[in-house]
Amino acid sequence: MSIEGDLLREPSGEGGRQLPRSAAHVVAVASRPSHVGLGARWTTHVNGWLLLLPAAVLLVTFTHYPAVATFIGSFFSTPKGARPAVFVGLDNYQAMIEDPIFWQALRNNIIYATSTIPLTIVLALFMAVAVNAKLVGRSFMRLAFFTPTVLPMIAVANIWLFFYSPGYGLADQVLSLFGVPAHNWLGDEHTALVCLIVVAVWKDAGFFMIFYLAALQQMSPHLSEAAALEGASRWYFFRRVTFPLLMPTTLFVLINAIINSFRLVDHIIVMTRGGPNNTTSLLLYYIYEVGFKFWDTAFAATLTVVLLVLLAAMALSQFVFLDRRIHYQ
Amino acid sequence: MKWLALLVGGAVLALASPAVAADVELSFYYPVAVGGPITKIIDGYAADFEKENPGIKIKAIYAGTYQDTLVKALTALKSGEPPDIAVLLSTDMFTLIDEDAVTPFDPLLTSDADKAWAKSFYPAFMENSQTGGKTWGIPFQRSTIVMYWNKDAFKAAGLNPDKAPDNWDELVAYGQKLTKRDGSNVSQWGVEIPSTGFPYWLFQGLTTANSVRLMNDAGTETYFDKPAVIEALRYWVDLSRKEKIQPTGTIEWGTTPKDFFERKTAIMWTTTGNLTNVKTNAPFPFGVAMLPAHNGRGSPTGGGNFYLFKKMTADKSAAAIKFIKWMTMPERAADWGIKTGYIAVRPDAWETPAMKQYVTDFPAAAVARDQLKYAVAELSTHDNQRVTKALNDGLQAALNGTKTPDQAMKDAQQEAARILRSYK
Repeated sequence: MSIEGDLLREPSGEGGRQLPRSAAHVVAVASRPSHVGLGARWTTHVNGWLLLLPAAVLLVTFTHYPAVATFIGSFFSTPKGARPAVFVGLDNYQAMIEDPIFWQALRNNIIYATSTIPLTIVLALFMAVAVNAKLVGRSFMRLAFFTPTVLPMIAVANIWLFFYSPGYGLADQVLSLFGVPAHNWLGDEHTALVCLIVVAVWKDAGFFMIFYLAALQQMSPHLSEAAALEGASRWYFFRRVTFPLLMPTTLFVLINAIINSFRLVDHIIVMTRGGPNNTTSLLLYYIYEVGFKFWDTAFAATLTVVLLVLLAAMALSQFVFLDRRIHYQ
Repeated sequence: MKWLALLVGGAVLALASPAVAADVELSFYYPVAVGGPITKIIDGYAADFEKENPGIKIKAIYAGTYQDTLVKALTALKSGEPPDIAVLLSTDMFTLIDEDAVTPFDPLLTSDADKAWAKSFYPAFMENSQTGGKTWGIPFQRSTIVMYWNKDAFKAAGLNPDKAPDNWDELVAYGQKLTKRDGSNVSQWGVEIPSTGFPYWLFQGLTTANSVRLMNDAGTETYFDKPAVIEALRYWVDLSRKEKIQPTGTIEWGTTPKDFFERKTAIMWTTTGNLTNVKTNAPFPFGVAMLPAHNGRGSPTGGGNFYLFKKMTADKSAAAIKFIKWMTMPERAADWGIKTGYIAVRPDAWETPAMKQYVTDFPAAAVARDQLKYAVAELSTHDNQRVTKALNDGLQAALNGTKTPDQAMKDAQQEAARILRSYK
């Protein structure tokens, strides 16, 4: 039973960088010429599937089935009371293309994603490098940077709501020191989305910092010593050594940041409810509104299909194109 | 020996169960977060009711906000386990009818006493509870919009601290005196009419004063582009952009009371449901008044009704009627109003000794009641949330200056007509 034993002992929690090596190891173990009979191999398969079963059941029930049901539902009308759902073909998609709020939500979401993602990543990297250095009060700084992550978004949003209140809110109080007049931050169509972007960056940067910090601490000190001997500047070392070595982490962070920018809408529900006049409505918030306020479940399903396709396309392109260009040890 | 104990226990349970089965259990969805003071009041009522009516059990389920409660009730309905009774927004009446979720009260009210009970509420509250000649909701926690003013600020501005602006022109004139500027900064605004979340509701405080209605009783037509509606919106926008006595852009509903306490605004419009909050937190003497008049006077009603869900057995629906009647008795309506700040829903509740005493001690409590004779139904149509969103978007666009009031209301009307075309 060496095969099974080895498979079970194979550590599952290894870091991304070691993955190719350990995967090769698994292949080597599995293809080792064996003298086990057909019956034992059969048992191995059954055992394997049984081990996968709990996870598979959860995945199918809560991820795959809903996704497929959503896709099917988008071709039917919304059942109302005594009227059952009927097949309507592409009607829902037609309505979606004609819906200006859908386009606005999509546009808002793209602006939101393209500004939160780079800002969060740069800030996370900057904070990680800062607290990786040897300085006094390092643990305190790490804790401070990480705190926003552990607070629940609903609570955070309620606090930020008051930060942004015109006149006596924190934002206006700080700006008034520089002579900037009070501004209705969340009530102005031009500034509302920016305010939400700031909250998202503040909330996520600390979380991603932890991943960068972990990666930095795994980096061998020999590299920096060698670079110092060769006379490389710190910036040169960061650009040519640290940053490339952090690429796997950056990929991981990037994927999470993109998912977050489409997934997290709690602060919108608390702070603006998509207003003023839909300027802060993101795709998922609009889906919530259509599904659970308008009870137009078929139309909500149609919008969800768009969101799923968008996310799937982005995840695939990242794994296919970016993954090739990332240097693993 | 353990199995023996289990066996005996099982037998005892089996013997006892017929008595349990005779009890009627009513599930009751109520829109409040678990654990607050309101929960305790409701739990107390349910316990008292059970004591007086053996054989009926009330299972209160605290479901969060109105929106959460509606979502939970309709989801439960779709999975075949609807609640028996629920308190939901009066404006969700058409949604609940269209979802085939609720049943009208009329067929269940057989005796003369029952019929008299259904007529005992303020007519203003029944407007959002009846359609097509049937009663679908019984008023329970209802409110209107009132105007709160800071008496200190009035005194400082040289105004009579005991007299609120009584009409639109006075509101502007007072507001100009109350707005305090230093340079480009405003340290105190004249008035704030909040415009997030449900701006249409506060807007109805303006349209009603301009003697115009926003929809028909059947909930199939809206009148957003009528000249009087546009005029009301222009007045609202002008408070900010022309008279400059109100902040520009949308004003957050949730922080408006805080603005009032912080003296950032001298006058605010908000629900009567905030009365207890203001009474506790305002660090200055304040007054409560009806909304200012223009061509007429008035405010929309708001708040929640009792609904009966379908698929109830006959003994359950009889028990449900009994419970709702008990909850809306004059003494209880008075007690509920005093404890929460909601308006007691029937005139005879205001004649009870407890309520009379309360009004003597705190006359502001009676303002909302007196305003009821001018009150109208809150905007409610078929596909309600979508129609109100069309109006809300238009209002926010106008307040932000991205559309003129005229254009905003014409667009909103066009969108509402498109949504409602299938309900004619």
